[in-house]
Amino acid sequence: MTRYLMAVYGPAERNEFGTYASQEEMDEAMAATGAFNESLRERGHWVFADGLGPVSNATVVDGQGSAPVVTDGPYLESKEYLGGFWIIEAPDLDVALALAAEGSRACRGKVEVRPFEAP
Amino acid sequence: MTEAADAITRVHREEWARVVATLARRLGDLDVAEEMAAEAFAIAVERWPRDGVPPNPGAWLTTTANRRAIDRLRRESRRDDKEQEARMLYDDVPAEPLGVIDDDRLRLVFTCCHPALAPEARVALTLRMVGGLTVPEIARAFLVPEATLGQRITRAKAKIKAARIPYRVPAAEDLPARVSGVLAVLYLVFNEGYLASDPDQDPVRSDLTGEAIRLTRLVHALLPYDGEVAGLLALMLLTEARRPARLSADGELVVLAEQDRGAWDPALVAEGQALVRERLAAVAAGQGRPGRYQILAAINAVHTSARDIRDTDWGQVVALYDQLVRVDPSPIVALNRAVAVAELDGPEVALALVDRLDLAGYHAFHVTRADLLRRLGRSADARAAYDSALALAGNSAEVAHLTRRRDQLAPAAGTDHQPPAT
Repeated sequence: MTRYLMAVYGPAERNEFGTYASQEEMDEAMAATGAFNESLRERGHWVFADGLGPVSNATVVDGQGSAPVVTDGPYLESKEYLGGFWIIEAPDLDVALALAAEGSRACRGKVEVRPFEAP
Repeated sequence: MTEAADAITRVHREEWARVVATLARRLGDLDVAEEMAAEAFAIAVERWPRDGVPPNPGAWLTTTANRRAIDRLRRESRRDDKEQEARMLYDDVPAEPLGVIDDDRLRLVFTCCHPALAPEARVALTLRMVGGLTVPEIARAFLVPEATLGQRITRAKAKIKAARIPYRVPAAEDLPARVSGVLAVLYLVFNEGYLASDPDQDPVRSDLTGEAIRLTRLVHALLPYDGEVAGLLALMLLTEARRPARLSADGELVVLAEQDRGAWDPALVAEGQALVRERLAAVAAGQGRPGRYQILAAINAVHTSARDIRDTDWGQVVALYDQLVRVDPSPIVALNRAVAVAELDGPEVALALVDRLDLAGYHAFHVTRADLLRRLGRSADARAAYDSALALAGNSAEVAHLTRRRDQLAPAAGTDHQPPAT
């Protein structure tokens, strides 16, 4: 089995419905994502998954110098940020891509699939 | 000596993919598989001239490559080498059937054309791993610096390994979608051979068209019931059949209407047309709908059936293009349809269709307009269109053809016309 990161990117701008257009859309996406997570567990692919808080709450720490330097904001300035992710286990990329397609449909976002270095 | 050299060249063409594919299955690593296959061929080059060509060269090469791989595993004594070694030594029969068809080479084709790889990497990897072309050969064919192409292949192989792109034939339900990607790669190779884009290359690259046909034959042999595979093979054969008539003695492109039809290859025409008839019968019997390649092959079957351009059944050609537009409503298909409409309904009707298309960056658009304007006697407009076409054309034979056509136009009515020097 190989571990894959399935990362969901979304706009930096969030409203009261997160990255969704309405309350209804957000609720539907959350429910679909919850069901997808449940099926990942049932099928034995689940390792971990969660959504991230807004990028405005990110902090960068550089501990390489004599004293750590702490900076408000994300490491990379971008219009789109990692909004959440799954870590899954799958026997090969075809299985991972099929799961990513399911996850993408559920959460209504594009999903980047990336293998971890260690098998 | 020559006999052995000939045998090696022939066996390389015929057996390279099989040797690489068998090793890839056993090793699960394309990189090592390729290296071991290359080593086995190097040993053959050394030994066959001295010891004679073995009775079954393919098996000899696979066994030799296999032994090298085992030696290497022993030397490297990796953590899992015992397991690998056992698999290599005892795995003489194909693994359990993983897809609809169990063939190592077919798995190799699908791995090289996996959608998770960049399209240009798919082409390069297929030519390298399945076609056995060298990196410099592929780089030359696609006008890419060798270092870039080498990196592209290395990167693709690394991704196959790290992301675990599986070495298998897709399941039946995924097959049509995945086959279409394979066919796109093969068609790209063929087209680059048929109208080379580099002005410094031969205008027609029979090495590439030949390679594309060889690989498509292989895929057809492995997936005989796939209509689009048969369609693409027929399309390539019927196009390739016209190649001998496609260049004039002084290297100018000869368009279909002006080709010497007696120079067409009758064996390729017959083979291509037989495939088209087979597909027509299958479709008539309800076995699927014809896709893009089958329709294009049928169009080429109509062209190759006419002994003279005047005998061409343009009504049927237009009807087939109508069918193609439904399958692929792209402006390029509409442009090709307009060329046939010009023969059926005249250049004026066709020009109206062409002028509606948004293809100003595509050289064939200007070629078509130039030709229609020329036939309508609008010389100045035709001249401008030939100039636009020439600005975008890269193929040397085509440039020669377009230049001559432009220079044959009636002189412009303006004052800038220079009388010919006497």
